[in-house]
Amino acid sequence: MNTPNLHLYVLAAPLLTAFAVNLLGRVSRTWIGPLVLGALTFSAGGALMTLLHVLREGAFRYTIGNWQPPLGIELVVDPLSALMLLLVSAVALLATSSALKSVAHELPGREHLFFTLYMILIAGLLGLVLTGDAFNLYVLLEITAITTYGLIAMGSGRAALSSFNYIIMGSIGACFYLLGVGYLYILTGTLNMADIAQILPGLDAPAAIATAFAFLMVGLWVKMGLFPLHVWLPNAYSQAPTGAGAMIAPLMTKVTIYLMIRVMFSIFSPDYTFLAHAGIQAGIVWAASLAIMCASGLALAQRNLRRMLTYILVAEVAYMVGGVWLANGTGITGAILHIVSDAMMTLCLFLAAAAIIYRTGSLEFDRLNGLYRRMPVTMAAFTVGAFSMIGVPPTCGFFSKWYLILGAVRAGHPEFVTALLISSLINAVLFFRIIELAYFQPASDLSRSEPQQAGEAPLLMLSPLLLSAVALVAIGLGSGPLIENIIRLAMPPGFAP
Amino acid sequence: MEPLLSEIVAKYNYWIYVVLMMIGFYAMIGKRNLVKKLLGMNIFQTAIILFYVSIGGKRGGGIPIVDKHAAMLHGVDATTVVNPLPHVLMLTAIVVSVSVTGVALAILIRIYRKYDTLEEDEILEKIGR
Amino acid sequence: MIYHSSMLPLAAVCISLLATVPILLSDCKPNLRESWTLLAGIGKFLLVASMLPAVLSGHGFVFTLAEVVPEVPIQLRVDAMGMFFALVASFLWICTSLYSIGYMRTLEEHNQTRYFASFTIAIAATIGVAFSANLLTLYLFYEMLSLATYPLVTHECNADARTSGRKYLTYILGTSIGLVLPAMIITYALTGTLDFTAGGILAGKASAATLTLLLVMFLVGFAKAAIMPMHGWLPAAMVAPTPVSSFLHGVAVVKVGVFSIVRIILGIFGPGLLQNLDLGVIITTLASITVLVASLVALTQDNLKRRLAYSTIGQLSYMVLGIGMLSAAGMTGGILHIAMHAFGKITLFFCAGAIYVASGKKYISEMDGLGRRMPITYGAFLLGALSIIGVPPLGGFISKWNLLSGTIESGQWILLLVLLTSSLLNAAYFLPIVYRGVFAGTGGNGSPVEIREAPLFCLIPLTATALLSVGLFFFPDVFLELVHIAVFR
Repeated sequence: MNTPNLHLYVLAAPLLTAFAVNLLGRVSRTWIGPLVLGALTFSAGGALMTLLHVLREGAFRYTIGNWQPPLGIELVVDPLSALMLLLVSAVALLATSSALKSVAHELPGREHLFFTLYMILIAGLLGLVLTGDAFNLYVLLEITAITTYGLIAMGSGRAALSSFNYIIMGSIGACFYLLGVGYLYILTGTLNMADIAQILPGLDAPAAIATAFAFLMVGLWVKMGLFPLHVWLPNAYSQAPTGAGAMIAPLMTKVTIYLMIRVMFSIFSPDYTFLAHAGIQAGIVWAASLAIMCASGLALAQRNLRRMLTYILVAEVAYMVGGVWLANGTGITGAILHIVSDAMMTLCLFLAAAAIIYRTGSLEFDRLNGLYRRMPVTMAAFTVGAFSMIGVPPTCGFFSKWYLILGAVRAGHPEFVTALLISSLINAVLFFRIIELAYFQPASDLSRSEPQQAGEAPLLMLSPLLLSAVALVAIGLGSGPLIENIIRLAMPPGFAP
Repeated sequence: MEPLLSEIVAKYNYWIYVVLMMIGFYAMIGKRNLVKKLLGMNIFQTAIILFYVSIGGKRGGGIPIVDKHAAMLHGVDATTVVNPLPHVLMLTAIVVSVSVTGVALAILIRIYRKYDTLEEDEILEKIGR
Repeated sequence: MIYHSSMLPLAAVCISLLATVPILLSDCKPNLRESWTLLAGIGKFLLVASMLPAVLSGHGFVFTLAEVVPEVPIQLRVDAMGMFFALVASFLWICTSLYSIGYMRTLEEHNQTRYFASFTIAIAATIGVAFSANLLTLYLFYEMLSLATYPLVTHECNADARTSGRKYLTYILGTSIGLVLPAMIITYALTGTLDFTAGGILAGKASAATLTLLLVMFLVGFAKAAIMPMHGWLPAAMVAPTPVSSFLHGVAVVKVGVFSIVRIILGIFGPGLLQNLDLGVIITTLASITVLVASLVALTQDNLKRRLAYSTIGQLSYMVLGIGMLSAAGMTGGILHIAMHAFGKITLFFCAGAIYVASGKKYISEMDGLGRRMPITYGAFLLGALSIIGVPPLGGFISKWNLLSGTIESGQWILLLVLLTSSLLNAAYFLPIVYRGVFAGTGGNGSPVEIREAPLFCLIPLTATALLSVGLFFFPDVFLELVHIAVFR
């Protein structure tokens, strides 16, 4: 197959598999696993090849259906989107392997329905990463959102209500985004991102452009869960079925942050974003710093492992938003590196939580006693993930924090440095609380928990967990080459890492 | 005062959409009944759809359906037809809105089956217990 | 110093890590498990010692692990200072391992596998700190050490251990993340590098106020050096089994703290810069306060290990004091004391553990007359104490002598007073222990008459380190040579 077309096959594979899973899955459950894993392996491999191709040959644009832009929809494959493509497909593959087990356990008989939505979600995420058209972005955003609403509602307990609240908030975000695109269309007459970027600087309508930008930003912030627009996130992500949570939590927020970067730099220019309105840039960094502190503080109050992780996720979103808005190359490098490392860290921690709940049936703190003895390998991987969140070298979490703090020092934002350091310390408290619980007390009365033998998690859940833990260290040690060879090329023009 | 009033009167359609949007937004956030929230969401989305559609309107513009041969011979005079692009975009948006409403309604049925009510405060009470 | 690229530094660091998995797997066969530890220990010491001749003749070794941040790779570099610390640490690990075997087996402790495995990681991190070429690598191994020693500190797994573990982490992780990390990044932002360079890298890069702030952040941030007020974790960590206290809190963890401060002063700031900005005063003031207060508090402690802990806090600040003097003799004395104190203190802790194993006693007031029944132990204790006090013919005399000459050399008479006062206090809290043990009656506690000398596995290491403390007085050449190269470069 043609390498220039490969990215499209990467996107199409999960989409087509979704239909196959639905049909073949009704016939027999055993079809689902190989289909899903096969398609995602293909996607991951294709994404890797696309990335290598882009690094060798440079960025390229792909027109869909040969309808020429600016009227036709085009896909943009540049170093940043290729990197995100690889990240999304790799994380999806690892999460799916674990999801196969937890879905069979939690939603027996409905796996084919679950995986249909799941695969469409992955296809949507891959499309979001590639698209170069502002309206197409809205469509894909809603595709991912609708499938996510469905996946979350499949959970038990409060899941349906949480999903409904997510629908309300998510629609507000998407509609704001749509409104912003509408303003841009009125101003420029086109929906193609590169075209808009070309036309905008020459226009003389500061209020309208500012309004468009504001709507776009706020819409995306609601979608990514930036404090205080995050209220839907903890319930939605912690009530979702375990298999869905392990994939949605690492990816959805990161892809939305990627979209924010695209809007800031590929639609509007860095000049406009950072300089046109005095005080906005500094104000957003302040807001991000406050968001980090508040979210970390809220995490301290949680008594359930997955809820605690979702609040930490909200804080991490603020890391990246603040990092991008620092307006210097180091900060943006830190933010992009943090997208990669946070996706991996969140994946590792959520997979560990999935393994724990599979074997013990609960993630409440008072049921986590003595886990190091019962599930040593799972807890070892969890510990690596925890160290990465705290920021202990040589895991990748340390290096992305390094760049974020360095960027803040260089940009003269001590409040952001303080927020990052305090958040690291709070993370240390949060995770060591769990490590202490799991390490110290003898295992709680087993007869109260579900009738599963309290052993190590099954191999299908354990191997992606271990792979992600290893990846955390590998990405950390390899952050030099990663930044030098990929992220440096992914920066907007005029910025150097 | 005069120019401001004439501005407002001239752009009356946008003001209507703003009012609709605010109504929808209020319903989404302020109402306690889940179905009312959903309807609020629909109103909100509809307001945006109307906004887009009205962008394409032109004074004296006709329906953008033209005769193929005439168009190929003489071209199309853009000032005589309403801009069809926003209409097409909004078809997609309407589909999205309908899908979201469908999913939301399915979820509401599930909520109703589980809690026997669709009032948010009653549901939260039942969960709290 | 000419550096050659070589795998030796990596091998020296990692050889104990190679033993970790075999130890975890030999859970059921204790003798096999212990032999892994001893093999790794001997191997490590031999690897470190093999690099000694080259270092003494001016050739070092470099190994780069990964290029992570521009201009700051994760790199190991063997120079005189690192070799000095690595020799002390790796040799004393062998002694500690032997002692651990005796101690843990006699007390039939639980979770010995976890204990020995954590030790291998901890010593790897210690040697990693010794051989770090830049501040980032040092920070990496510093954190690794903090985390690897947590299971060791909380070994007992009771409520006490849990509280102490929390205190340990709060002090050590809190300061390293909250103070060292931003200071390190600010240094990088100012200079673009973090390499330990002779003469420092910060000269002329920032205002005096910024540099002062950085210095204080580093001094307080390296809480392992137990400079007050960051000393609270050390007495709390005494809940750990005695081999842990003796090695980690007498040799590895605390010396890592002091070593890091030495690297900062010599390699990041540089004595010249500190002298120009008169920053040595800050270092010596903080150190002096710690020395005096710690020595005074040690007098009030009845628990033997706690008294030794406060003594350690004081002695660590001796080392910082010596370096803060910024004079040749002072720095030599301070750095040399790392080795002398290590041998002396480890002997003292070994004796405390031997006393506990043989008699079950932890409090000094109960130990009257014990010296007559455990003559070897108390003899070793006397030798160790004399070394710490600084009396010839013990090794500690050489470092104390250098420190005293340093104060005279730099004309800082107050420091001379501080040193002399604290030496008197050292004598005041150590000698009574020996006196009461040997001369006092058995006391009214009704202690059983059947108390014999400690088991052989404990006795041999403590005798060895005690005799070495004497030996170091007569043969300090290797260490002295290395320190001279490090200080004078």
